[in-house]
Amino acid sequence: MKVLTGNDLKTGDVIWWTGSGWSRHVDDAVDVGAQVDEILATEEAARRVNVPYVTEATREVDGSVRPAHIKDRVRALGPTVRPDLSLKPKDPEALDWII
Amino acid sequence: MYQYDQYDQAMVDARVEEFRDQARRRLDGSLTEDEFKPLRLMNGLYLQLHAYMLRVAIPYGTLNSAQMTALANIADKYDRGYGHFTTRQNLQYNWIKLEDAADILADLAKVEMHAIQTSGNCIRNISSDHFAGAAHDELVDPRPYAELLRQWSSFHPEFTYLPRKFKIAVVAAEKDRAAMRLHDIGIQIVEKDGEVGASFYVGGGMGRTPMIAPMIRDFVPLSQLITYAEACLRVYNRYGRRDNKYKARIKILVHELGKDEYTRQVEEEFAHMLEQGVEPPIDELERIKPFFADPAFEDGVKSVDRSDPDFALWVDRNTHRHKHDSYVSAVISLKPVGGIPGDATGDQMRLMAELAKQYSFDELRIMHTQNVVLPHVKIADLHALWTALDAAGLGAPNMDSIEDMIACPGLDYCALANARSIPLAQRISEKFDASGKTEKLGELKLKISGCINACGHHHAGHIGILGVDRKGIENYQLSLGGSEAEDTSLAKITGPGFTEDGVIEAVDKVTDVYLSQKEGEERFLDTYRRIGMTPFKEALYDKA
Ligand code: HEM
Ligand code: SF4
Repeated sequence: MKVLTGNDLKTGDVIWWTGSGWSRHVDDAVDVGAQVDEILATEEAARRVNVPYVTEATREVDGSVRPAHIKDRVRALGPTVRPDLSLKPKDPEALDWII
Repeated sequence: MYQYDQYDQAMVDARVEEFRDQARRRLDGSLTEDEFKPLRLMNGLYLQLHAYMLRVAIPYGTLNSAQMTALANIADKYDRGYGHFTTRQNLQYNWIKLEDAADILADLAKVEMHAIQTSGNCIRNISSDHFAGAAHDELVDPRPYAELLRQWSSFHPEFTYLPRKFKIAVVAAEKDRAAMRLHDIGIQIVEKDGEVGASFYVGGGMGRTPMIAPMIRDFVPLSQLITYAEACLRVYNRYGRRDNKYKARIKILVHELGKDEYTRQVEEEFAHMLEQGVEPPIDELERIKPFFADPAFEDGVKSVDRSDPDFALWVDRNTHRHKHDSYVSAVISLKPVGGIPGDATGDQMRLMAELAKQYSFDELRIMHTQNVVLPHVKIADLHALWTALDAAGLGAPNMDSIEDMIACPGLDYCALANARSIPLAQRISEKFDASGKTEKLGELKLKISGCINACGHHHAGHIGILGVDRKGIENYQLSLGGSEAEDTSLAKITGPGFTEDGVIEAVDKVTDVYLSQKEGEERFLDTYRRIGMTPFKEALYDKA
């Protein structure tokens, strides 16, 4: 699937398009299909997202979303060297998910 | 230390307000990102993987306790409690909000700091010897010259839109502690026939096309220093390759024209400029110099009590000989075993500031190796200093050892990265520390970059590691034989790349080759230069 991501304009946080808005959690991301241009026109005008782009991902059997590129997986979770600052500080498997 | 005069302060304050307005207009939608990006970059604000990143300039790496404390407070208030000291003697914050950026710049301005010219195609922060004004082996303190260059290059209208970024380093000792010849311009303050002047090295750099700067003039009188630098830049500004980002650095121009032709053009421009009298009055240098006058050194004990072996090791490893024999410069390692090279927490920064006030005449330095120096510590105070540092996790006795590696932020933070750098640094330091090999290896400079931009100086590492992307998987190229000291050389790639585990093992193997082949007091680099690449390659790639 193709997911839409960018950074929150105000905070810089990594955000993912959920179909109706933005979430910091990649698992909330939806397939944007052919609507990208439409979404971007509204969202950029609304000043909610900065430097948005579309990237490849897969939805796993458990419903979670896994970006295809390691860079997007690092973005989705946080620096691998500071798990304490990641979105899942208590998940011991988070690092394996990135790599 | 230099103190802002009313002009410096007014310029910086005005810039904060200008940026506040620009950020407000971006947030309210009057500016698009395309319009805003060049404006934020002029103020050191990047967008990285996880958030905005702010790069703060620390001119020639010198700062006082109040400034270090302000950096700590910003880390705690606006970031996540830490900052990253960089190879260009600056500090980067990784988790900045656009909403806060102007307030941060205002906090910085209160302590005479800013983020101006820390990005973009302009003259960047001038770097220098971290032991400047303290080292036993320097001719003069290079910082007044660096400061003069800073003033000249700040907001210089002619050099605001250069073909590409421009980095200058100034040193004043035979020993090069600032990677001078790997800068766009390297200036060495020298003495000739009793007169002090400058040698100019132009066209060095790392990145995707590393080059060592050739010397283009062995002596420029101090009364013509700025004019000569300006002539070097003018020729570049006129002919630098604006059409191709990858060929836009001055090193490419010097290389393509050839050193002789480039020099001829600079000399021609220089002669012309001398007639125009663009040099600032020499009085300005005289006004600057007293700011860097020696503090009031006092005589005291000249050696330490070595009965505590841990302390003695730290003294041997992490102190540098001072020009006053009752003092040393002390290196505070930001490379604890398994730690993140160059990171310091707000608490650690505040402690270093406090210790500088107590033991080093209120002064600190940032090293290009991502450590911190207290330049003037009384030998009598060393034990108390070390005790305080060690208790805060800042006492690692590893300067210039394999554990004192440089590592760029890599894929953990950087949007341009191909691979992570920091985990390699952590694993190597843990492995070598645990096996006790670090000690046996002595001076060994390991440098790691997460992509070809070479922020981690891998081209100049005795051992260099470069992260590459191999079909979406992190892969690492190993190189050997680089140096960024007075014997500058560029490292050569050993051969095919390695996985993360593989490259750690490879570093282990090449260090084994060194230990088995080493003669006398040779360092890794010396052995490599004597025996060449072949034995290392054999150890790495021969299946037999
Ligand atoms: C994370 C944000 C960073 C970005 C986007 C970035 C970007 C770049 C780029 C594009 C280059 C190559 C320039 C060229 O060859 O024209 C470069 C070079 C360099 N950067 Fe960075 N960098 C970053 C962080 C750092 C850090 C953290 C350090 C210090 C640890 C650093 C120090 C340097 C140095 C020393 C060079 C090579 C010297 C040179 O040839 O200019 N940079 N950087
Ligand atoms: S070398 Fe590459 S990965 Fe490392 S900080 Fe520079 S641009 Fe980023």
